[in-house]
Amino acid sequence: MHLMYFTEQPMAAYDAQEGLKYGATALTFSNKHYDPVAGSRLYNEYLEEYILAEECGADGIMLNEHHNAPFCMQARTNMFGAILAAVTKRVKIVFLGNPLPLSDNPVQLSEELAMIDMISKGRLVSGFVRGGGQEQLANGVNPAYNRERFVEAHDLIQKIWTTPGPFRWEGTHYQHRVVNPWAVPMQKPYPRVWIPGVLSKETVIWTAQQRYPYIALNTSPEATKVIWETYSQAASEVGYTAGPENFGYLIRVHVQDTEEKALQNARQFMWMQGEFTGLAHPVWANPSGYFSPSGRRAFVEFATGRAKNPRGAPTFEDQIASTMIIAGTPAQVIERLKWLIEQTRPGIMGIWANDGTVSKEDRRRCIELLCREVMPAVREHGAKLGLKDPWEANAPVHLRYSTDIPAQKVAAE
Amino acid sequence: MSVVWTDTQHDIAGTKLHLSRAGSGRPLLILHHDIGTPDRLPFYDALAGSFDVLVPHHPGWGKSERPQWLRSVRDIAAFHAWLLADLGLSNVALVGLGFGGWIAAEMASQAPAAYPSLVLVGAMGIKPPQGDIADQAIVSYLDYPRAGFHDQAAFARVYGDVDTDQLEQWDICREMVFRTAWKPYMYSQTLPHLLGGVRARSLVVWGDDDRHVPISAGEAYAKALRNARLETFAACGHYVEMEKPDELAKLVTSFVNAN
Repeated sequence: MHLMYFTEQPMAAYDAQEGLKYGATALTFSNKHYDPVAGSRLYNEYLEEYILAEECGADGIMLNEHHNAPFCMQARTNMFGAILAAVTKRVKIVFLGNPLPLSDNPVQLSEELAMIDMISKGRLVSGFVRGGGQEQLANGVNPAYNRERFVEAHDLIQKIWTTPGPFRWEGTHYQHRVVNPWAVPMQKPYPRVWIPGVLSKETVIWTAQQRYPYIALNTSPEATKVIWETYSQAASEVGYTAGPENFGYLIRVHVQDTEEKALQNARQFMWMQGEFTGLAHPVWANPSGYFSPSGRRAFVEFATGRAKNPRGAPTFEDQIASTMIIAGTPAQVIERLKWLIEQTRPGIMGIWANDGTVSKEDRRRCIELLCREVMPAVREHGAKLGLKDPWEANAPVHLRYSTDIPAQKVAAE
Repeated sequence: MSVVWTDTQHDIAGTKLHLSRAGSGRPLLILHHDIGTPDRLPFYDALAGSFDVLVPHHPGWGKSERPQWLRSVRDIAAFHAWLLADLGLSNVALVGLGFGGWIAAEMASQAPAAYPSLVLVGAMGIKPPQGDIADQAIVSYLDYPRAGFHDQAAFARVYGDVDTDQLEQWDICREMVFRTAWKPYMYSQTLPHLLGGVRARSLVVWGDDDRHVPISAGEAYAKALRNARLETFAACGHYVEMEKPDELAKLVTSFVNAN
C-alpha cells in the first residue's frame, strides 16, 4: 500500500465569528480577514510538518489547491510541490491535483510538472482534477466548459509527455502553434496520474477508461464501494480487471497519545461549520453547466432550499460512528483502519490528519504517531490483504501501456 | 379577442429553432431575456394586435435545441438573421429585451441598413460606464429574476409559485449565458464601436430601478447609436415588459409605426 499524509493547510488564524456573521466562508468572504503574518508562520509550519512526515515514514505527501477560502491556504499545488521536490529525499510528491480547466496554458503547466519531476528525481505523481465550482468562479473560468477543458488539457499534456516536439495543437479550448517545451518529465513513459473525486460518475468512468487510479475523497465506505463498482464496470468494458492498485481513498484520521485528546482535536475536522470547503451558496459549488445534466433537477431544488443537502449534515458523533472520521490512540486507529481497508480494499490511502486550529505541537505529535506506528501496521495488514499500490503491482501508467490487453499490447510495443 | 399564436420549428444551422408567431401587419421580432421567456405574455399579445409578432427561443434556450458549438452572442444574432431570411421577411422591427437587446444590437450592427426600427429595453451588451452588470453566477435561481423586478407582485403575477420545471429552465438558461457571454461577462468590447453605422431609428428603454443593468449602459447606447432616444419607466425594474406590459407595448407600437 501507498500511504500519504495530507492536510488542507487550513488558514487557522482567521476569526470564525466573522464568517458566521457574514453567512459564508468561501468565495465572497472578504480576504480582509486574512492575516499574512499568521499565513507566513503557518506556511512554514506546514512545510516543516511535511518534512517530519517523510522522516517518520510516510510514503507520500498529498497536495491540493483551493482559492478564496480559509479552509485551504494553498493557491497553487505546484508551489509546495516544487519546494518539497527540493527539500525532501524519498517521499512521492502527490498532486491531487492540478485543476486543469483553470489553466489557459497547459503547455506551461506540463513544463512546471516536468521541472518538479526532475528536481525531485522522479518522485512526482501528477494528479489532475476538474476543480470545484468555486474554483472556476474564483479564477474567472467558464464552468460550462469545465469538463471539455479538463479532457483537452489532459490530452495535450499527455501528448507533450509522449510525443517529441515540435507539434501543433489546434483544439477547441487550446490552440498552440509551436508545442515544444524543453522540460519533459524524467519518469517514463510519464509520471503516474491519479484522479481524485467525490461524486461525479462521469469522472469515475473517464478515469477507468484511462486506467488511472481513482482516489475517492472523504466518501463514506458505502459510497466508496459504489464508486469502485462503477470504475470496475468501465474497466472491464475497456478490457482490464480493476484491482486495489486502481483505487485510492482519502480519510480523516487524527491520532494522539490519549483518546480524549484525539477526539478533542478531531472535532476540528468540523471547523468550517461542518462543511469542509466552507459555508457557501450551492450555486457557487455547482455553477450552471459544471455538473452533470442528470443531476439538474435535484440540484435546483437543493439550491433554492426546497430539498435537503444530498450530502446531509452529519454531526461529529455521526461521522465517528460511520467511520467518516477516525480518532484515537494508535492502537484504536489501527483497528478502525484495518476494518476500513478490509471493507474498501484500496491500494492507495491518503490520511487527512490535521485540520482547523489543532496546535503545532499536537499536529507534529499526530504526524509522528501516524507515520511511525499507524502507517506501518496498516501497510502490513494491507500486504496480507493483497492490497498493492500501482508500483507494487507494476501497473501501467495509462491504458495504452497495458500488456494484458491484446490490442493495447501491440500499441505499447 | 384572444390572440392566436402558432408554434413552429425551423432548421437553422443544423439546429431546431422554436418560433411563436401571432398577429398581422409589419413584422416585429422580439428577442427574449437571458432567463428565457414564458410562452405567452400580455406584452406579446398587445403587440400582436398591431404587428406580425415573432418570438423565437434563442438556440439552447427554452424549446430550441442547443448547438454545442455555439460560443457567442454574435452567433445567436446570426441565427435570428438566418431565421428572418428563411421566412422571407425584410424591414423587420427589432425589439430586444435585456440580453435579447444585446442580440438585437449585434444584428443591427452587422446589417446597418436592414432594420427600420430598433428597440432596446434594459439591454446588456455594453460595459456600463458606471456600475456593473449583475453577476447571476453567484446568486440563486430565484434571487436573480426577482432582483430584476421593482415590484415583487409583478414577479408573482408572471411566475406564480415557481415550479421545479421553471427552476430547471432557469438553470439551462444560465448555462447558455455562461456558454455565450462568460467573459467579458454580458458585454462586447467591440460592439460600441460598431453601433454608429446603424441606420435604424432607435428607442432605448430603461426601468429606473434596473438592478441587472445600470442605466449608464442605456445612456451609452443612446449616445453610440446615431438616431436614438432614451425613455425611462418610473418604479420599474429590468423586466419592463413584464412589469409594465401595456405601457411598453403602447410606446413600442407608436415608435415602430412612426418609422
